[in-house]
Amino acid sequence: MKKMNKVVSVMSAAVIALSMLAGCGDTAADTAGTGDAGSASGDKVFKIGAIGPLTGGAAAYGNAVCNAAELAVAEINANGGINGYQVEYKKQDDELNAEKSVNAYNTLKDWGMQVLVGSTTSACSIAVSEYTKADNMFQLTPSGSAEDCVKYDNAFRVCFSDPNQGIASAQYISDHNLATKVGIIYDSSDVYSSGIYQKFVQESEGKNFEVVSAEAFTADNNTDFSVQLQKAKDAGADLVFLPIYYKEAALILTQASTMGYAPTFFGVDGLDGILTVENFDVSLAEGVMLLTPFAADATDDLTVNFVKNYQEKYGEIPNQFAADAYDAVFIIKQAMEAKGVTPDMSVSDICEAVKGAMTEIEASGLTSAKMTWAANGEPNKEPKAVIIKDGAYVSAQ
Amino acid sequence: MSFLTYFINGLSLGSIYAIIALGYTMVYGIAKMLNFAHGDFIMVGCYIIFSVSGALSGNSIVGIIVAIILCTLLGITTEFVAYRPLRGAASPLAVLITAIGVSYLLENLALLIFGADIKSFTSVIKWEGLTFADGQLRIQGVTIVTIVVSILILIVLQFFINKTKQGQAMLAVAEDRGAATLMGINVNRTIMLTFAIGSALAAVAGALLCSAYPSLSPYTGAMPGIKAFVAAVLGGIGSIPGAMIGGLVLGIVEILSKTYISSQLSDAIVFGILVVVLLVRPTGILGKKIQEKV
Repeated sequence: MKKMNKVVSVMSAAVIALSMLAGCGDTAADTAGTGDAGSASGDKVFKIGAIGPLTGGAAAYGNAVCNAAELAVAEINANGGINGYQVEYKKQDDELNAEKSVNAYNTLKDWGMQVLVGSTTSACSIAVSEYTKADNMFQLTPSGSAEDCVKYDNAFRVCFSDPNQGIASAQYISDHNLATKVGIIYDSSDVYSSGIYQKFVQESEGKNFEVVSAEAFTADNNTDFSVQLQKAKDAGADLVFLPIYYKEAALILTQASTMGYAPTFFGVDGLDGILTVENFDVSLAEGVMLLTPFAADATDDLTVNFVKNYQEKYGEIPNQFAADAYDAVFIIKQAMEAKGVTPDMSVSDICEAVKGAMTEIEASGLTSAKMTWAANGEPNKEPKAVIIKDGAYVSAQ
Repeated sequence: MSFLTYFINGLSLGSIYAIIALGYTMVYGIAKMLNFAHGDFIMVGCYIIFSVSGALSGNSIVGIIVAIILCTLLGITTEFVAYRPLRGAASPLAVLITAIGVSYLLENLALLIFGADIKSFTSVIKWEGLTFADGQLRIQGVTIVTIVVSILILIVLQFFINKTKQGQAMLAVAEDRGAATLMGINVNRTIMLTFAIGSALAAVAGALLCSAYPSLSPYTGAMPGIKAFVAAVLGGIGSIPGAMIGGLVLGIVEILSKTYISSQLSDAIVFGILVVVLLVRPTGILGKKIQEKV
């Protein structure tokens, strides 16, 4: 810690020296970089930063988050800003790497960021949360779903946590009377999958369906699912819950079709992506349902406008990551307005105010019409699902 | 009835192990080296079939032929570049570790070229298979084809090794490399031929593996390769009929233990059986006990 302070002070000294050298051109950003109360007093704007993998294998996620946040900020500014102040926005690439995510965070902090929307992915979000905690900066991750993403009191999330997807799935299946007998196939070697599985089974107690078979596989034995499927079939399962990733799900769908077993398959966000598997016969996925907070074809005004504006600006249809990030920015706005936050407050004061507001507000957005938060950072909202029809996601009603 | 269904599933998994194990055991039996990259040759074969059939709008026959040719070349090249220079090395471990290195090299090359995303492989077997008892019992086409192809390969290999001059040369090299050289057998060429055949078999195994489990990634060959190695050891490594029997036994044991004991413990049981077999019969089911001459 001592060492850290030294590094910070050397760095701030360097920043100050640089800004002196550079003259008064853009001192606002530079002096804000020293990070403390009121240093940006002449400069009355909020600064919101976002982090995500903008390049590399997960670029689709990061770009969705950063684009949607940008769109939300633009809309807020066009409508008069937050508490009458305009919002500045900056995004940083973390290349899906936890260390780079921390670097991105530091870059944004030097720029003067007051609230962080990010990181996009779980591991990066967890890494960054160590630093936001130390700085007491408010962090709202749109899509970091691992439990530890919100382990500190300054961190909240928009999406369901991994295990809570199990609860939400059980609720959804029960509320919509999708099945009476449910089979489960999960990956016992993966914490994401087994976490969802456990919560699902707990939640299914006393619901209007019965778990008749629960079969596991492991990462080393994930090609042959004949036994797991046969057991579900023999037990009479009319719905098979798949809290797994699409890689295995694609094989399960193929093998179920070969053996002539056609239950409803119900998955969680890990299944998102099954339609993009190269050369995959999408007709196999017909009727597959998955829990997801957002369907781009929904007809409410908010979604229609969002999809239209996003498509105009970025040329593609937004996915659930985009929806989560768009909501995240508006949630921050609502929380700031609830407490009358102003840009001249320190990062830490803003954090305390917004944190307090989070457990009090009831937000409405793309991913749910009614979202509330517990102090542990977990959202409480109604689960939504989509169904695959003719190779596309359609809202399930 | 349900037992029969599971048994047939086991047979279909086992037939895949068997066909991979044939290539493993062939190379081990002659060249006395474990080619741990065999599973990755299979993966390379799958990607070649996938790319060629994709480019030719689904013509898988051409894909398989191209894959067999390219895998044979890959096998020969690997042998020449990576294994041959180490054949005289003091420790046999040197070649073994190189084989693991080749395995990682191929996996990472595939990652680089094709990316980590899985690809869905179109089955090269269009036949649906046989159904019995009003559709309650189904044997998939790919299972039948795999078993038939493995038996064919078994017969052809046995004939080739026992009846042809090249095959006799292989046996001689397997028996005693030094003596074979003295008898005027070109050891290097014989081992190269062994690798060529083993790698061609890998391409065939790849086509059938990916037809049965149509998901292709750079790690597709890794686990089946290890399982097939276990099958080869179980059947008696070096013995070609042993690989066939070992593969089928392994597949059936795996599926039945998944069904009746635990779906998570099946691997532990499979490898446990390997340990027991090796304790009771160190040479495997069909392995010959070779007296080491002093």
